[in-house]
Amino acid sequence: MIEKLNEIRRQLTELLAKEDVDEKTLEELRIRFLGKKGELTAVLRGMGSLPPEERPKVGQYANELREEFERMLEEKGAALRERARQEKLERERIDVTAPGRTPKIGRRHPLESTRIEMCEIFRSMGFDIVEGPEVEYAYYNFDALNTPENHPSRDLTDTFYITENILLRTQTSPVQVRTMEQRKPPIKIVAPGRVYRSDEVDATHSPLFHQLEGLVVDKHITMGDLKGVLELFAQKMFGPGSRIRFRPHHFPFTEPSAEVDVSCFVCGGKGCRVCKGEGWIEILGSGVVHPNVLRAGGIDPNIYSGFAFGMGIERIAMIRYGIDDMRLLYENDIRFLAQF
Amino acid sequence: MILSLEWLSEFVDIEGISVKEFSDVMTMTGSKVEGWEELGADIKNVVAGRILSLERHPDSDHLWVCKVDIGEPEPRQIVTGAQNLYVGAIVPVAAAPAELPGGVKINKAKLRGVESDGMLCSISELGLTEREMPGAVEDGIFILSDAGIEGVKPGDDIPSALRMRDIAVEFEITPNRPDCLSVIGLAREAGASLGKKPRWHTPSVRGSDGKTGDYISVSIKAPELCPRYTARVVKNVKISPSPLWMRMRLRAAGVRPINNIVDITNYVMLEYGQPMHAFDYACLHGKKIIVREAEEGEQFRTLDGTDHTLRKGMLVIADEERAVALAGIMGGENSEITENTTTVVFESANFEPSQVRLTSRALGVRTESSSRFEKGLDPENTLPAIQRACELVELLGAGEVVGGPDDYIDVYPGKKEPRTLPLNAVRINQLLGLSLDADAMAEILRSLEFDVRKVGDSYEVGVPSWRGDVEGVNDLAEEVLRIYGYDKIASTLFTSGVSVGSMSDRLACREQISDLLINLGLYETCTFSFVSPKIFDMVRVPAGSPLRDAVRLLNPLGEDTSIMRTMLLPSVLEALAHNYSHRIPECALFENAPVYINRGKDNLPDEPVRIAIAMYGPNDDFYSLKGICEAILGSLGITGARYVATSDNLTYHPGRCATIKLGDAVLGVLGELHPEVLENFEFDIPVYGAELDFEALFAARSTERRYVPLPRFPAVSRDLAFVCDERLESQSVADVVAEVCGALLENIKLFDVYRSPQLGDGKKSLAFALTLRAADRTLSDEEVDELLGRAVDAVREKLGAQLRL
Repeated sequence: MIEKLNEIRRQLTELLAKEDVDEKTLEELRIRFLGKKGELTAVLRGMGSLPPEERPKVGQYANELREEFERMLEEKGAALRERARQEKLERERIDVTAPGRTPKIGRRHPLESTRIEMCEIFRSMGFDIVEGPEVEYAYYNFDALNTPENHPSRDLTDTFYITENILLRTQTSPVQVRTMEQRKPPIKIVAPGRVYRSDEVDATHSPLFHQLEGLVVDKHITMGDLKGVLELFAQKMFGPGSRIRFRPHHFPFTEPSAEVDVSCFVCGGKGCRVCKGEGWIEILGSGVVHPNVLRAGGIDPNIYSGFAFGMGIERIAMIRYGIDDMRLLYENDIRFLAQF
Repeated sequence: MILSLEWLSEFVDIEGISVKEFSDVMTMTGSKVEGWEELGADIKNVVAGRILSLERHPDSDHLWVCKVDIGEPEPRQIVTGAQNLYVGAIVPVAAAPAELPGGVKINKAKLRGVESDGMLCSISELGLTEREMPGAVEDGIFILSDAGIEGVKPGDDIPSALRMRDIAVEFEITPNRPDCLSVIGLAREAGASLGKKPRWHTPSVRGSDGKTGDYISVSIKAPELCPRYTARVVKNVKISPSPLWMRMRLRAAGVRPINNIVDITNYVMLEYGQPMHAFDYACLHGKKIIVREAEEGEQFRTLDGTDHTLRKGMLVIADEERAVALAGIMGGENSEITENTTTVVFESANFEPSQVRLTSRALGVRTESSSRFEKGLDPENTLPAIQRACELVELLGAGEVVGGPDDYIDVYPGKKEPRTLPLNAVRINQLLGLSLDADAMAEILRSLEFDVRKVGDSYEVGVPSWRGDVEGVNDLAEEVLRIYGYDKIASTLFTSGVSVGSMSDRLACREQISDLLINLGLYETCTFSFVSPKIFDMVRVPAGSPLRDAVRLLNPLGEDTSIMRTMLLPSVLEALAHNYSHRIPECALFENAPVYINRGKDNLPDEPVRIAIAMYGPNDDFYSLKGICEAILGSLGITGARYVATSDNLTYHPGRCATIKLGDAVLGVLGELHPEVLENFEFDIPVYGAELDFEALFAARSTERRYVPLPRFPAVSRDLAFVCDERLESQSVADVVAEVCGALLENIKLFDVYRSPQLGDGKKSLAFALTLRAADRTLSDEEVDELLGRAVDAVREKLGAQLRL
């Protein structure tokens, strides 16, 4: 009887080892060997013919075999399922190098992203962002800014006029006096916006461009403070190693006035193509607010002082992104816009 | 302003200072150097040579073979085609290998078989003109003695012998410093900047017999326009070329030599910054110079031959009968210096800047003189300048100055007291963030020739007459700082208390909308805010529409940029058309920018911000654009907006255009563009456009965000389909259903539109998905059936749409 059982075991082992066993044959084997009419049951049915003393032994062995068979079939089943999963995964293999389906994402205009970045830097230093009209009174654009009656910038060849007294602002500086009229010191503002000058369009000129104006007015404001603020700005905008340099210049609305250069962020000041070998790049005009401008804003220049600066957003965007033709900024070709 | 360093060195010792160093120092003290040119440096190995022999070329009937002594042990053999040579002539020799202006290289060569060891040069080959080398022929070899250049030995460097070697430094002079438009002005700056005291020269005139007053009188009829007029007479004038040194200094400064008298006036203008004029005395009628306003309509021909019609308010220099010069701008043809001039009247005057500017603009005549007077010149300068001119006349032997050393006519109605300012060292330090002592400031100001006087414990500063720009303490601070050094300012950060920078809600809202559109796949554009008036026709704005009443520029660059835009969409359409013309397969653009609404000529226009969207592409239609608009409204928390079909907006397809309304407020318009608009912009595919009114969106936005508990009871979903007339708007069906269902209707959405022959012509089926939910209970099927039954009845009664089963 034991031999018979061993023979059944051998048969099952043999059958399970066959290549073509699948889920279906596995179920057939379960029925054939473990089913109610299965081989193992058949053997156990024949136990009655055994001597009583052998029965427990054979019975125990048969039970052990049942457990073993169940385990064998279970393992085989697991192996089959695993193989089937592997095969499925293999079938599902895709070409991961094929292109992705990119959701449509637009782009911010490079001038706008530059403006936002500049504004955020000044906002983090406590400057409020304010605005002023683009179509402006000559008073705010020139007179209140201490611009002499015969100053060339007032010419029809330089400034777009609407009437004798109304023009397209040539700078964001008129926001200075408008702000002083509305606020009391301490004043700390930046004003971005469009400005207009009568220049034909070419690679470096445009009749419309953008500026960012800055104004600080309080007691004891010095030119050193101007330098400190602009240095911080340069380091945030152009990188931590950036330095700035003041050069004397003249603007009607600041005195003393300075043009400001930033150390070239490409070569670090050694001289390269971007800075034309100078090591420095001119980025803005600035100075101590002229007493006449403070007066025009209703602020006593004997008590208060201030500084102001103005920079071209196009210029900064162009040097940062290496754009060599200003016209690209207004053409709005998406092959250009997609690069930013 | 171009400065000859050779000329400058007459006043300031710049020996041993490189031009780079000089430029850096000058730039850092406020006289910005734009660049420089080393004159004569492009001529290499060109020396003087004496012609030793001239022989015909054996194989040519026009070439000559010369032996030339150029100071080398052996003469050089040079072949030339020139016909003006003779033995003994001293000529410029490009001794091979040599270089000439324009990068021309001269090497040894064979000309028709004869070795030529260089080239003999003409003036033009040296970059010179007949004006600069009078006497020299233009089409032959430059024989130095023809131009009166003697004493040059074989082997001498030609650029040096011709005084061509110089460095011309170009300065950008700011409009507040017309005094620096002169050699003397820049010498003053250079002296202070380099810490060297300039050597000044006081002109002195010998004079001769006669009395100036017997020749001429000067009267100023418009003293407010002519603060000073100084004149002097020179007789027995011999018009001839000026000497080489003067010609070459003028050349370095970029001025063309003419003749001795004209050159002297230009030379003095460059040296002193004082424009001068010379009249032919013989042409002045009545021995009189009258400075007066022009008569209305007075005719005048300037010396460039142009006729002008003058107007009242323009200032002229006149004799007894007629105008002879436009004051400070240009002389008249009627009194010009000619070869035959024998007596000259020099004018050195001061004119009011804005009159010069207005006249110059009005007549379209700009000259070196007018551009200087426009900036406001120092009236004190007229006298030294005229004396210098007379001194040069005597030095050049150009004539005899009438009268004694100081016999000039000087009418000076506009004399001003010199300005005196206190030296407020405390305030200056406060403005600059420095701690300089007053003595150091005084020293700097003195180096700039301010008259600094100690008064008690402090200083008083006399401002030089040429520094009209220095008016107060800030100006003195700048003077001190630029010489002390802008680079010495230390960076500090002011301490006006901590504050958080703010941005207006309006600006933040604009950025929010731009962010959303970018995230939805649109590209942001930046277009010009002035446009062509034709744009209205291009987008079919009807005649008489208020949109056409745009703010107009008085002086636009051209018609295309002549009005301020009242609509934003056309600008974005132009950008879109640009992309379409470059065969970009799909493109979606937007701009977030102001338009300009006219409020009459005395008022500033309104500048409301608009958001314009324009797009095309294979997957785009009206509804993709509408989805974008809905997303904008949604992100701003605007609910309840209605899209009202609009067929009278001519920019759009009459059947595919909607006005977005919130109550009575119009938030914007969107639609497919009208075929004619598409043609105008050269599209041949459909384009979808929208223009939203940001100000209305901003006003309607809701920033309140409040938590609403999540639903506790399940929702019931049902679909309803109605068969209705083709023209019935789905929104009206949804509205009726919503009205019946009230608060229980959580959502209703059109999900299918179906047409078929079974439905019949002009019919369509609209299928809606409804979500119903009660906040306090689970809705029963019976309740829902009853409710929807009423809704279906209402739709049938009100709209004639039948439930489709």
